[in-house]
Amino acid sequence: MGQMKNRWIALYVENEVGVLAKVSGLFSAKSYNLQSLTVGTTEHEDISRMTIGVASDDVTFEQIKKQLNSMVEVIKVMDLTNVPIHMKEVLFAKIKRVGPAEKEEAFRIAQVFGIQPIDIGEDSVLLESTLTERRNDELVKILRASFKHIDVVRGGAVAMEGISTSCR
Amino acid sequence: MEITGRKLFVKALLEEGVETLFAYPGGMITDIMDELYKTPDIHVVLPRHEQALVHEAEGYARATGKIGVALVTSGPGATNTITAIADAHSDSIPLVVFTGQVPEALIGNDAFQEVDIVGMTRNITKYSVTVKNRHELGRVIKMAFHIANTGKPGPVLVDIPKDIQLQKGSDEYPDHVEIRGYKPNQSVHIGQLKKAYKLLRSAKKPVILAGGGINIAGANEALTRFVETMNIPVATTVMGKGAISEEHPLYIGNAGMHGRYAVNQAIGACDVLFSIGTRFNDRITGDLNEFAPHAKIIHVDIDTASISRNVVVDVPVVSDAKLALQKLMEWAEPMETSAWIQKIGKWAEENPLAMRRDKGMSPQMIMEGINKVYPNSIVVTDVGQHQMWASQYIKLTENKRFVTSGGLGTMGFGFPAALGAAEGLRDMGKFGEKQVVCITGDGGFQMNMQEMATAICEKLPITICLLNNQYLGMVRQFQQVFYGKRYEITCLARRLDCPEQCKGPNPSCQPYVPDFMKWAESYGAHAIRVTDQEEIESALTLAKKYTDAPTLIEFIISTDEIVLPMVKGGNPMTEMILK
Repeated sequence: MGQMKNRWIALYVENEVGVLAKVSGLFSAKSYNLQSLTVGTTEHEDISRMTIGVASDDVTFEQIKKQLNSMVEVIKVMDLTNVPIHMKEVLFAKIKRVGPAEKEEAFRIAQVFGIQPIDIGEDSVLLESTLTERRNDELVKILRASFKHIDVVRGGAVAMEGISTSCR
Repeated sequence: MEITGRKLFVKALLEEGVETLFAYPGGMITDIMDELYKTPDIHVVLPRHEQALVHEAEGYARATGKIGVALVTSGPGATNTITAIADAHSDSIPLVVFTGQVPEALIGNDAFQEVDIVGMTRNITKYSVTVKNRHELGRVIKMAFHIANTGKPGPVLVDIPKDIQLQKGSDEYPDHVEIRGYKPNQSVHIGQLKKAYKLLRSAKKPVILAGGGINIAGANEALTRFVETMNIPVATTVMGKGAISEEHPLYIGNAGMHGRYAVNQAIGACDVLFSIGTRFNDRITGDLNEFAPHAKIIHVDIDTASISRNVVVDVPVVSDAKLALQKLMEWAEPMETSAWIQKIGKWAEENPLAMRRDKGMSPQMIMEGINKVYPNSIVVTDVGQHQMWASQYIKLTENKRFVTSGGLGTMGFGFPAALGAAEGLRDMGKFGEKQVVCITGDGGFQMNMQEMATAICEKLPITICLLNNQYLGMVRQFQQVFYGKRYEITCLARRLDCPEQCKGPNPSCQPYVPDFMKWAESYGAHAIRVTDQEEIESALTLAKKYTDAPTLIEFIISTDEIVLPMVKGGNPMTEMILK
């Protein structure tokens, strides 16, 4: 049935109560492997756009797109898997119970990743990252290796098709 | 002019041409009911249970081709409909189910008889919605009717809070509606269809597999003309039964788990399989790796999501069945298939579809009796062994239709669906000219037999053919064949003081309950018990004469009778158990 891959869908839906439940319900009802789902309104207040990440084989992915398309509340399904897109994810990481040397290390990591420390306390630092999902994965890996006490919150990826870019 | 929501509701039903409404009262729809009291043009049927109510709407929809319309109250009234809504979803039956809801201000408060019915039915409906504003009531109802019966038909649920039923607003009911996320396919891609035709035309051993989509689209005549021109043998699924007259020389029978040996062999050996209006359910394919292993597969379906889901398809065509066949007809020319058809005929001779005739009444004899006495009829079945016997031996012609619960396999479907079909015949002015025959089992019938009251009150002369074998036979058959005759909880005569383990009926068995004869008579229905094959025809003929009330014919059949041939779940369809 082909190999499991990470894929991306952008979904325009009616901005109505229950639509998010219906879309996410499809993934649980049919045992599709949902990896991330973000939603927010667009320039039209009655239309929301979702960015959905799934891990699936080719056949299942085709089914997912067809099933989404058949929903009355879904206005448009776009497959972003092979399109140049800009994709970012917001991530906050709070590094806690650290001394001056570890704080320095946190700043260095932030510098290398090109992200900002946005808050600081006596023994803690808060980093804000808007990188790609994969880069955020790498960031979390390093933070976990370097510090004992961290809190991480991630927002899920948001994507838009590129204009001139040919990369992702 | 400003009118109340409930007035607009009734106006909407009238404008949608609703003649019969299946409704059960309750606190959150009393205002609508009061409005219906003043509306003589809508015939309101009062079933005895909301599940049966929606099955009745399903039977009505199947008989008339119109949308079945239901109205129930909130809470338990709404949850009782769920099984039947799921049934309609599986079998693509157009329904609009209206549920009352507690006033908006109470939603979320765990109010009396409050449930989130929209949340519960989201993935068993085409569309499910709570009306949030009085001003959108008209549009939502219009949407519901539009969505239910376009594209691949299915159930739609509209939940109306009580305060919206009472609020005043516009009296306008829109005559059409634009839904930006819903654009059902109304054409066919000619290039793709041409490709399909060329592939079919190149075949030496073609088979057409016709599913329920043919019956839904009313493509029966188009299919018949097409295959007559092309000389291609036609197999059907259970839902596709009747796609072409079963007396037609090109009809080879049902495919699948309890299909004909010859048909499963033909699909196993064919070089092109042209499938139309079927979703390749596991009951048709068996082991997917062994399904039509030598064939290129063409798949015509209205639903894109049904294509290449279960079976990988060589030529997909998204289209309404009738439209595709009409287009194909423009190119159709005769093919040389006589050797292939003879080969299929040989398979049929090797292992014909037939039951024993040596010791007493068999289900086949009962089906043959129905064929003979009811040539112009709607045959409605419940779910189980009798359903499979009916699918094997009821012979469909242009004047006969078959209504059954195929996808979900809902026991308790048959009797109420038959009742709904009879209501449908009445609305179409075919009452009396065409009969409704309900074929059911002693298990499934008991799941909704309270509807006898509805049938009596509605004066529906349905003939109920109840095949009583004292067991939940389909599962018993599994136990008999695959589980060493360990008949756990399948005996319906079993009582507390029976021996712990039992290998089947024996002289110490206690009487079956209920006594269906006394039971039916207590409702004022006619009741006939048949124990001998000689009585089959006379009982059916007598039942046909009773036009004032239903007739229950209880056929006492042997417990050991099993449905053959059969394929064990997950096995290749060509490996059939024949005896």
